[in-house]
Amino acid sequence: MEFSVFPRDIFADLERLQRQIQQAVELSPSIRGFPRGGFPALNVASTPHSAEVYGFAPGLDPSKIEVQLERGVLSISGERKSDLPDENDSASVHMNERFAGRFHRVISLTDDLDPNEVRATYREGVLHISIKRQESALPRRINIT
Amino acid sequence: MSEQNVVTRKAEGASDDHWLLPPVDVIEDEAGITLYADLPGVARENLDLHVEGDNLFIDGRVAVQMPREMEATHVEVGRSRYRRVFALSREFDIGKLTADLKLGVLKVRIPKAEHAKPRRIEISPD
Repeated sequence: MEFSVFPRDIFADLERLQRQIQQAVELSPSIRGFPRGGFPALNVASTPHSAEVYGFAPGLDPSKIEVQLERGVLSISGERKSDLPDENDSASVHMNERFAGRFHRVISLTDDLDPNEVRATYREGVLHISIKRQESALPRRINIT
Repeated sequence: MSEQNVVTRKAEGASDDHWLLPPVDVIEDEAGITLYADLPGVARENLDLHVEGDNLFIDGRVAVQMPREMEATHVEVGRSRYRRVFALSREFDIGKLTADLKLGVLKVRIPKAEHAKPRRIEISPD
């Protein structure tokens, strides 16, 4: 069983099940580079001190990526220009698989994150957002006297 | 190795035999063909682009620096390797192939051999 962004969220689980069925029905599930779920594809991980989000978003101008965190909800938006020729160009397009246009993805993270401690870097087409947890939310050892 | 791949590792069944198929755009004009491939997370030193026989191989490895003690909670990119093979036809001049990797996008340009370029044929009047 895979993990959900929203633990115990029945709708997220249903959506994933639907996606898995869809992938299983298609001839070669593994050749799907990215699920059609959205651009950019996101991986989320957590450490005891932070939440780490990786957006696989190649070919963007980093100054034009919008990242916002509000009450545990992270939103990533921007636009990716198409590399395809204009319609009136004589060149012919044989394959057109890459995403182009405006994108907007929203994910819900835990609510113990500190909105003032967000760091975002963009390298080799991967957007990495690291958000620290609030000090008060960190596990503390309680001394038993 | 294990540390670098925590986030792109799938819960089960992931190994080096599995890879992602990168999305591509392929555009042909009169002078040649241009291929764009999305390879986010692949640095120049981890990209292997080569021609073998009549095939063009794109092989890239994702290497993203990850903090320690990390636990993946949501994974959409479940492999750390991209691979795709394209068959080329004789009309392309492989010797003049140029490639450029920038911000995770690979751009490959292969010009057509001189003899394969379209020629306008003049029709002489009677």
